[in-house]
Amino acid sequence: MTVRVQGEDFDVGAELARMTDGDYSVGGLCSFVGLVRDVAGEDEIDAMTLEHYPGMTEKALSEIEAEALGRWPLQATLIIHRYGRLEPGERIVLVAAASAHREAAFEACHFLIDWLKTKAPFWKLEDTPDGGQWVDARDSDDIAAARWATDKKSAAE
Amino acid sequence: MKLLYFAWVREKTGIGEEDVGLPDGVDTVGELVHWLRERGGGFEAAFADDAVVRVAVNQEYATLTAAVAEGDEVAFFPPVTGG
Repeated sequence: MTVRVQGEDFDVGAELARMTDGDYSVGGLCSFVGLVRDVAGEDEIDAMTLEHYPGMTEKALSEIEAEALGRWPLQATLIIHRYGRLEPGERIVLVAAASAHREAAFEACHFLIDWLKTKAPFWKLEDTPDGGQWVDARDSDDIAAARWATDKKSAAE
Repeated sequence: MKLLYFAWVREKTGIGEEDVGLPDGVDTVGELVHWLRERGGGFEAAFADDAVVRVAVNQEYATLTAAVAEGDEVAFFPPVTGG
């Protein structure tokens, strides 16, 4: 049950290994890694800068994690989100969920990233050839998050 | 109370944070937004559309009808775009 907000990169393999180290009740570990792309619509992106709300960010991520733990039988969860200037190809976010069975791990991982995208106070500023451009929130992210609005329970329970 | 501004709301107001006394007649987020808009300039631009700016009171999402009081931390920002 870990939430980290940091400027530096993270080692996905090491982070996932640490999550389940010594816990042999875990049968499935599902992870999602978000990366910086080099395009946004028609524009090329040189880099992006992620701003966040220190204090509320950690609180919001912990609440999202707690919600996942309430909905699925999970042995471990992990959310790491970076801030600051990131270039194309760099890792932005890692979310992961470990459970006895794959269904809960898959669903919880999907839930974590969908809710994070619409609830955690981060903002992306893209550096384009025309200057800095704040990224607009996308309706598709709201729709993705809304899928989890009901108390959807895992088939694995 | 402490007021915080993030992303383009910060760019438009021109400041990231400030300490202000609870203004007379302000009991809700909506009344605080109205008071900020009356400052004109960048504040009027930042708060031109109530429907766009998101609010958190003491680091919890809040609506325009939520209460605000002396000592609160109130943050204003655009819809979030992390992940």
